[in-house]
Amino acid sequence: MSQDKPPDAPAVSSVRLVLTLALAGLISGVAIIGIYEVTLPTITINKARELREAVFKVIPGVTRMQKLVYKNGELVPTTKTEKDEKSIYGGYDSQGSFIGYAIPAAGPGFQDVIGLLYGYKPDQKLVVGMEVLESRETPGLGDKIYKDAEFVANFRELLVEPEIVTVKKGMKSRPNEVDVITGASISSKAVVRIINETHAAWSVRLPQPGSEPLMTEPEKAVDEVK
Amino acid sequence: MDNLVWIFISSLLINNFVLAYFLGLCPFLGVSNSLETSFRLGLATIFVLLITAICAWILNTYVLIYAPYLRLISFIVVIASTVQFIEMLIKKLSPALFRAMGIFLPLITTNCAILGLAIFATNRGYGLIEGIVFALGAGIGFTLALVLLAGLREESELSDIPKLIQGIAMNLIIAGILSMAFMGFAGLFSAV
Amino acid sequence: MAENQNESYEAFIKGIWRDNPVFVQVLGMCPMLAVTNSAINAVAMGMATLFVLVGSSFLVSSFKQWIPKQVRISSFIIIIATFVTVADYTLLALVPKVHKELGAFIPLIVANCMILGRQEAFASRNTVRLAVMDALGMAGGFMVALFSLGAIREILGNGSLFGVDLFGEYFEPWVIMILPPGGFLTLGLILLFFNWVTQQKDKFIAQVVEAERVASDG
Repeated sequence: MSQDKPPDAPAVSSVRLVLTLALAGLISGVAIIGIYEVTLPTITINKARELREAVFKVIPGVTRMQKLVYKNGELVPTTKTEKDEKSIYGGYDSQGSFIGYAIPAAGPGFQDVIGLLYGYKPDQKLVVGMEVLESRETPGLGDKIYKDAEFVANFRELLVEPEIVTVKKGMKSRPNEVDVITGASISSKAVVRIINETHAAWSVRLPQPGSEPLMTEPEKAVDEVK
Repeated sequence: MDNLVWIFISSLLINNFVLAYFLGLCPFLGVSNSLETSFRLGLATIFVLLITAICAWILNTYVLIYAPYLRLISFIVVIASTVQFIEMLIKKLSPALFRAMGIFLPLITTNCAILGLAIFATNRGYGLIEGIVFALGAGIGFTLALVLLAGLREESELSDIPKLIQGIAMNLIIAGILSMAFMGFAGLFSAV
Repeated sequence: MAENQNESYEAFIKGIWRDNPVFVQVLGMCPMLAVTNSAINAVAMGMATLFVLVGSSFLVSSFKQWIPKQVRISSFIIIIATFVTVADYTLLALVPKVHKELGAFIPLIVANCMILGRQEAFASRNTVRLAVMDALGMAGGFMVALFSLGAIREILGNGSLFGVDLFGEYFEPWVIMILPPGGFLTLGLILLFFNWVTQQKDKFIAQVVEAERVASDG
């Protein structure tokens, strides 16, 4: 920082300089901590609600959810967040029966990274929903990956075995095929590639169908939305 | 996404810090009248970006997990102190180097590209190596944009340009065309 | 007092047109181009900048006696950064969608040379009242600039204003406008327009002066 000394600066002791900065820092710190604490509840609730809405959207029929983290070879429920964790979300109905997973995925698209969430039913090996969370794709073209209802509908009942395949628009004939958006083939293929890659990574971590983690105690922090 | 090559090429070309993210515009529009100066400023910036990436990672990993709200202030303080420190260091160790690029260092402090890099790296959760690669790509991309504009400006000084358009207006329009050209790099990584 | 009021008014109005931070002083470029891809983003950024600028000017001017010259820049930065952090969290809590659109550019308000510049050039040397009026004027001018750029880019690039569709379905949006090149080009053209206006004004004044000279000679 330019510590220029104007010619008429009165001689000020270093102590005074340090004190001024320290005081400024202190007051600033208090103000920042204050606003943080005040806004924290609202921010947490907003984040939780957004996540909930996305999860409920990609796994139809789900009314409760919990976060599941892959640790020591096992998928277990958790309410904490850790660095570099591998986590997904489990969706359950109101009785607590497991319906499907909501798996976050991300990868390079046409312009920048695309972040999405897809719903997955392991017993039928079906993708049941897809929601784009983050994208910087070209407006009017690439952004159709979330604006074009027909494209999104591709992901309502999509078989992942052996893998998802893209075909020209209108040529979809098999359950594991996705119609590419005309004029936005790269963005569309990116979405499919992202899901394929994420599925490949998670399919070895998921437990056998039928032995998914049970819904742990009730509407905890994850579900708490006012 | 965590692919280092993608991070590098993305920050250098596809999502160039200046032409796509609009960071570092003050030096871009202000100092790019000479090719030589621009190149030196670019080098100095790469250096500061690298150091910032490392410091940001250290802060994020060891300090800010306890106080995330202090992120902005600590970044700024660190950036300012780092630049000051580098300036002193270069002055002592290599007066020649200082003569070449020392004057740019204070300019770099208020360059939003530096703070921008720290914030982006944090938001994307980059680790140490990813952060360094990101800084390298961003810095080289910044230098590239600066050098391109400087070259074009030097050329245009020899041409007869209407007085009306001279100045910032012309630079912005040239920048717009450069930005359009760089848009062509999108899709560089879709090997599908 | 009439004179005081005049001074205040002068301090305020110069920021809007004559010394407009964007169009005349060419400051605050980075946020200008990045967040003006839609009118609502532009206005939100304008409000955030207004909050930070007025708050910082107020504090800097109030405490100018106690801040030693040697550490003034650092103190200004601490004050500005505090206000920006407050604005950041407030926006995140109140309007998360807008906050997401503005993204990293809210913290980057700190690097906006306009704000630091105002503290150094004006707020630290004038009364609180004048400092606040100056801040309001500058922030107002900034808002005007942001909004004009945002509106033009959104109307041409998306056919809408504040999200409201203006032209119906047969309008083919000029997509480049909401992409980065559009930002550069639009601002360049606006500045070109400003240059032209200034040129015409100077020409007109020169003509008037010439006419008067001829009249007084003859």
